[in-house]
Amino acid sequence: MPESAAPAFVSTTNACHLCMPLGACLAFKGVEGTVPFLHGSQGCATYMRRYLISHYREPVAIASSSLGERQAVFGGGPNLRQGLWNVITAMRPRVIGVATTCLTETIGEEPGPLVEAFLAELAGKNPGVTLPRVVTVRTPSFGGTHTEGFRRAVRALLKALARPGPAGSHLNLLPGMASPADLRHLKDVVRAFGLEAAVIPDPSDPLDGPIWDAYTPVPPGGTPPEALQAAGRARATVALGCMAGDASGPGAWLRDRFGVELLPLPLPVGLRASDRFFAVLEELSGRPTPGWVRAQRGRLVDAYVDAHKYLAGVRAAVVADEDLAVGLSGFLAEIGVHVAYVATGDRSGSLEGAVDAATAGLLREPPAVREEVDYYTVAEETRDLGLGLVVGTSKAYPLARDWGIPLVRVGFPIHDRFGAARQRVLGYAGTQDLFDRVVNALLAQQQEASAVGYGYL
Amino acid sequence: MATETLRPEDAKRALTEAYPTKAARKRAKQIVVNAPPDAEGFRPPILSNTRTTPGVITQRGCSYAGCKGVILGPVRDILTITHGPVGCGFYSWLTRRNQTRPPSEDAPNYMPYALMTDMQENDIVFGGEKKLRKAIREAYEIFRPKAIAIAATCPVGLIGDDIHAVARDMKEELGINVFAFSCEGYKGVSQSAGHHIANNGIFEHVVGTRDEPPGGKFRINLLGEYNIGGDAFEIERILELCGITLVSTFSGNASYDQFARAHTADLNAVMCHRSINYMAEMTEEKYGIPWIKVNFIGAEATAKSLRKIAQYFGDPDLVERVEQVTADEMSRVRAVIDEVRPRTEGKTAMLFVGGSRAHHYQELFREIGMRTVAAGYEFGHRDDYEGRKVLPFIKIDADSRNIEELDVEPDPERYRPRKPPEELEALRAQGLDLGEYEGLMADMEEGSLVIDDITHYETERLIELYRPDVFCAGIKEKYVIQKHGIPMKQLHNYDYHGPYAGFRGAVRFYREIDRMASTRIWRHVTPPWAQDPRPETLRQAS
Repeated sequence: MPESAAPAFVSTTNACHLCMPLGACLAFKGVEGTVPFLHGSQGCATYMRRYLISHYREPVAIASSSLGERQAVFGGGPNLRQGLWNVITAMRPRVIGVATTCLTETIGEEPGPLVEAFLAELAGKNPGVTLPRVVTVRTPSFGGTHTEGFRRAVRALLKALARPGPAGSHLNLLPGMASPADLRHLKDVVRAFGLEAAVIPDPSDPLDGPIWDAYTPVPPGGTPPEALQAAGRARATVALGCMAGDASGPGAWLRDRFGVELLPLPLPVGLRASDRFFAVLEELSGRPTPGWVRAQRGRLVDAYVDAHKYLAGVRAAVVADEDLAVGLSGFLAEIGVHVAYVATGDRSGSLEGAVDAATAGLLREPPAVREEVDYYTVAEETRDLGLGLVVGTSKAYPLARDWGIPLVRVGFPIHDRFGAARQRVLGYAGTQDLFDRVVNALLAQQQEASAVGYGYL
Repeated sequence: MATETLRPEDAKRALTEAYPTKAARKRAKQIVVNAPPDAEGFRPPILSNTRTTPGVITQRGCSYAGCKGVILGPVRDILTITHGPVGCGFYSWLTRRNQTRPPSEDAPNYMPYALMTDMQENDIVFGGEKKLRKAIREAYEIFRPKAIAIAATCPVGLIGDDIHAVARDMKEELGINVFAFSCEGYKGVSQSAGHHIANNGIFEHVVGTRDEPPGGKFRINLLGEYNIGGDAFEIERILELCGITLVSTFSGNASYDQFARAHTADLNAVMCHRSINYMAEMTEEKYGIPWIKVNFIGAEATAKSLRKIAQYFGDPDLVERVEQVTADEMSRVRAVIDEVRPRTEGKTAMLFVGGSRAHHYQELFREIGMRTVAAGYEFGHRDDYEGRKVLPFIKIDADSRNIEELDVEPDPERYRPRKPPEELEALRAQGLDLGEYEGLMADMEEGSLVIDDITHYETERLIELYRPDVFCAGIKEKYVIQKHGIPMKQLHNYDYHGPYAGFRGAVRFYREIDRMASTRIWRHVTPPWAQDPRPETLRQAS
């Protein structure tokens, strides 16, 4: 086994992770009619909008309480109230998702009670008017990464909106930070099993929408708040990702609070993980996998066979958020790529075990697995690994460029390629897309390096 | 409502009517219909550099963004460490698309690195100074830089980490220059505060530390040019053609040593008045270097700026050389204008960006016959709109007071007035506007709209009312504007294009706007102007 993952440096150089409230904003964007709202300095909203917008290439409105020096000392309550009021009047949201920032967390300001008091006051003055729901979540960046912020926001949404009641036949599907195209595919396949499932959250339309034909202060789409309300009455929760079964996660909360069965699964990237996912859908629906999905599986296996010779002997590094890092490792291992190095900026402690499980029986030697690392460390540690491929975000580009090897861009953020929102990795169909991209990246590399320049490969 | 008959006063009303009373009242002071100067030469006042109303979706960033991102961002060999949790350092990691050209392959360039302390809960509770010291030592071991800068994020000031004491200690320990910036995001009302904090720090800790001047007869500094998309390279090319020596740029394509000997220049040429006018003033007071406002955005503006520099130095050879270079470059520029103008003539533009770009880029549009019907800054102050004439009348509020004003006195050894007062007076009498800036309003049409810190909502309403042919802002606004069927040009990072400065940049910009204003892609789009559901009124609590 490789030595254990201890960060070599005190400082962080070129981080592999982003901040908690960014993850929360992304989760809030996945609920219909929701405006994310950051309680803190306005720079946070601007920076996060900038990053989300350059990845999705869609408008992303995030409001801010715009706290200044005075509010940092005396408290941000009045700004929070004024900010909520301005969002309510100008944007008419159904839900406002308030996330804290480093500033408000450092001064220890809990937004929940402030929000409750304000809403009660508003309701008193506007009888009969439906006011938006305001969901609050604590997301200090010194307490975790963006993926933790995402999970906390999903849990906060459920805690605020889910209600008990007689159990229904519907499911909850917690996909984690999936791309809009992946979310659409998940919804299609679940529907094909005759299952009714609420995808929580579902930013596929808000973050990959059409040209507008009407004025839309809050872009349409997302999980309806009603579906969140019904989440407490669901038959089961299918939660994806290596932290899906975690006791502090949203799925566990639904189980502990309402007794909704939790079925945690790894992200269905690759054949093996997708097989597990579809087996669960078969079990839940009592139906076999539909023919067109089985056909997708068949074509994927056929493609694996057809391209295997291009992949043999390639050594790869994966740098991604932990859920994705696990999925990608399993996928690469099953197509015959030697996964030599798996790294994440996340720090849940679950990566190594999850990668072991995902690659079990597929690799001759286990990869070095690193949590809580930065790209500087990744570069140092992978220099002599003889890599031929990197799979990761745009932030891995300098590394791939330095070494003259291809980068297959997956995850968040992707800001040097077009169409991140339409990129798929989940299920047989998503894996097929990913597989083609991996193979073609390697072919392109060989072709460009070739003195002959063969046109048939 | 047809564009031709829209009265600007009506547009102004339409922009604010959906806001709650308090917000509407404030926004009304930040939206001004441009009017000719009054008898004393004053333009209508505009409320600016004031706190953004909470809950509106603003374009603005924070003090940290202005300091670490804007001013320090383009400097290749000062190693900047962000002291704070992960977000801020990540988001300011090369996102502004600054470029730099190190003098040699092995010369240092730290711009591709985002160093940070990534503070954790423990650091917040028990203080982060220890971790910061370790991070600095580590960074020094790895990179061996000439200088290290520390940039603070929100928690730092709140938990009382003394980053300046850490900088002093580390400077002594490592024997290199180490300095810190208290640019916590909550300070000031926008990134403008961060520009000021950064420039103060560079002025105090770096400028004046190397006395040997570079060669060259006509030595200038270029202030407020940040080399987005390679703008600085084009300006450097032109200055070199003219025989003008660039001692230092603040801070596009800049290096530590250039800053250190900036006081050896004989003239400061200021591009972005907002981000750096205080640096010009401080260097004049301390070292005796006069300043002029220049603008290298727009071919005519570039020619005019070069002539101003030549006029200042008053050397006939320089004057002649500038005329030659200008004539040569302009012949190529005019050919493109003639080609493009039939398609762009009479079209309209809106610019909402930065603290000088919304002014400078109007030049480029004018050169191809386009009108700017509305413009405003993200983080400008009144003097950037109304001209420096209003400086004595600007009320200093609590937010501005919190940003340190340095007490500057003539340097006992290095103060050297570059020209005797009579000569400066004579230059002024000949029309050289030394130390002057007339602001954006002076260059805008009567009846055009000037809007400070425009909001997301107002942007959409403006589009609906005016339907401009091109809307210029940043990436945050880009997609919402395009959803409305309006061509959008990013003027923060140029849509990964550029440079647009100087003569060659102007040509590139004309062609880009021509392409945007003439593309047929929009025929696939049905714009959303037909519908306009107005929200009914709610009563505000408290």
